[in-house]
Amino acid sequence: MASLGELERAVMDLLWAGQEAATANTLRDLLALSTQAQGDTAGHEGKDLAVTTVLTVLSRLEKKGLVERERGTRPHRYQAVSSRADHTAELMHEVLGSAPDREAVLARFIGSVTESEAETLRKLLGHS
Amino acid sequence: MFWTSYFLAVLAIVLAWPVPILLSRAQWPARSPFTAMLLWQAIALAGGLSMIGAMLVYGLEPIGDNLLAGLRGLAGMVLFNAPTTALGFWHLFALSAAALLTAHLVFTLLLTYYRIERQRRRHRELLALLASPSNDGPGTVVINHDSPVAYCLPGGARSVTVLSDGLMAALEPAELRAVLIHENAHLSQRHHLLLWAFAAWRQALPWLPTTRLAQEAVSSLIEMLADDVALKTESKATLIKAIAIVASGPSGVAGSRAVFDGGQLPLVADGLAADGLADGVSGASGGAGSARTTASRVSRLLSPKEPLSASLRALVLAGCLLLLAVPTALLIVPGLLG
Repeated sequence: MASLGELERAVMDLLWAGQEAATANTLRDLLALSTQAQGDTAGHEGKDLAVTTVLTVLSRLEKKGLVERERGTRPHRYQAVSSRADHTAELMHEVLGSAPDREAVLARFIGSVTESEAETLRKLLGHS
Repeated sequence: MFWTSYFLAVLAIVLAWPVPILLSRAQWPARSPFTAMLLWQAIALAGGLSMIGAMLVYGLEPIGDNLLAGLRGLAGMVLFNAPTTALGFWHLFALSAAALLTAHLVFTLLLTYYRIERQRRRHRELLALLASPSNDGPGTVVINHDSPVAYCLPGGARSVTVLSDGLMAALEPAELRAVLIHENAHLSQRHHLLLWAFAAWRQALPWLPTTRLAQEAVSSLIEMLADDVALKTESKATLIKAIAIVASGPSGVAGSRAVFDGGQLPLVADGLAADGLADGVSGASGGAGSARTTASRVSRLLSPKEPLSASLRALVLAGCLLLLAVPTALLIVPGLLG
């Protein structure tokens, strides 16, 4: 059985790839398919995947604010809150931006560089 | 008792203003970053200790010959309703200020820790979904982004080093290794603890020049320490190339790569180049501390200077010990002797 973390990732990948909202049942079937597609070496783990497990994963993702469900319908249909690119942009904004705690949260190889400094560095590189 | 509080107050003022300004302008920290780092920690600790100690000693003066006796007297007043008539207005004021400052420092430290941890957890959650594991070793992941970015996210066993696609494309294998060693040095030397403490110190007392200067100096010194670790396995030219390519940003990547591929590194030991960079630094004054960090890192690599001699380093270390020992001794020893 794949770990919850791996399943969260697989579910998000499906939701990001799909155009419209999906039910837990649909997601379970897609997950089973992709496990089978990985070949016989992966075994038959996909078959054992229960819908309740998928629902657990979805509610965890919902708590993290990554997934939302349509309230009106039964069964609930789930979709990603924002695209993969948007989330990557959010992360990079945290890394490259100048939030007050940024320096303490993570250590960048190169901190922010002012324009004049970047210019000097480029000139340095250009001098042959 | 009386003179102790005056001496501590003078020490607190000296450590809050002239000393950090002199140290932040000094050139030698780039030569021996580790020693300089110890000195900054000693200044911050001794500064806080003497600030609180001065107020405490002054406030307790009427009820005890030394700090311990005074504290015992104070405990009697607070716990057993002993008469407080011995304490005048200014004594009570100083005692309250000491208590408030202590609580403020501890509270800010905890609050900063909580905020940093929350941001890191969120960041790690998103990374788990967005980034894919890299071949460059455990705890290294790659994220799909065009800018050349490398950073590490500390978190004990779950620490992770993140590289962007743009970085992998821009750097040669040796340069990439230098970047990875640099980031791992941050993690293994626990630099995030220093950054946390000094960030909290600055947050708690933002109007005090020491806190800003200390935080900027510390974030610059840890980069130099990590560079020094990278230099043990990778050449200086490799590291400079890596820094220059990442710093010149997405727009400069293609061009700088072409320059480097065209010939050998033109700038090592080139005094003029280093001067040019220094000009760039002074021109960029007023920028963030991290901006000057990159320039001082590169000029430090371009025109390396000998580390401080062993005797000078020993002198600085002795200074650190004295800074911590003197206020501590002034506060505690009279009580133990009496």
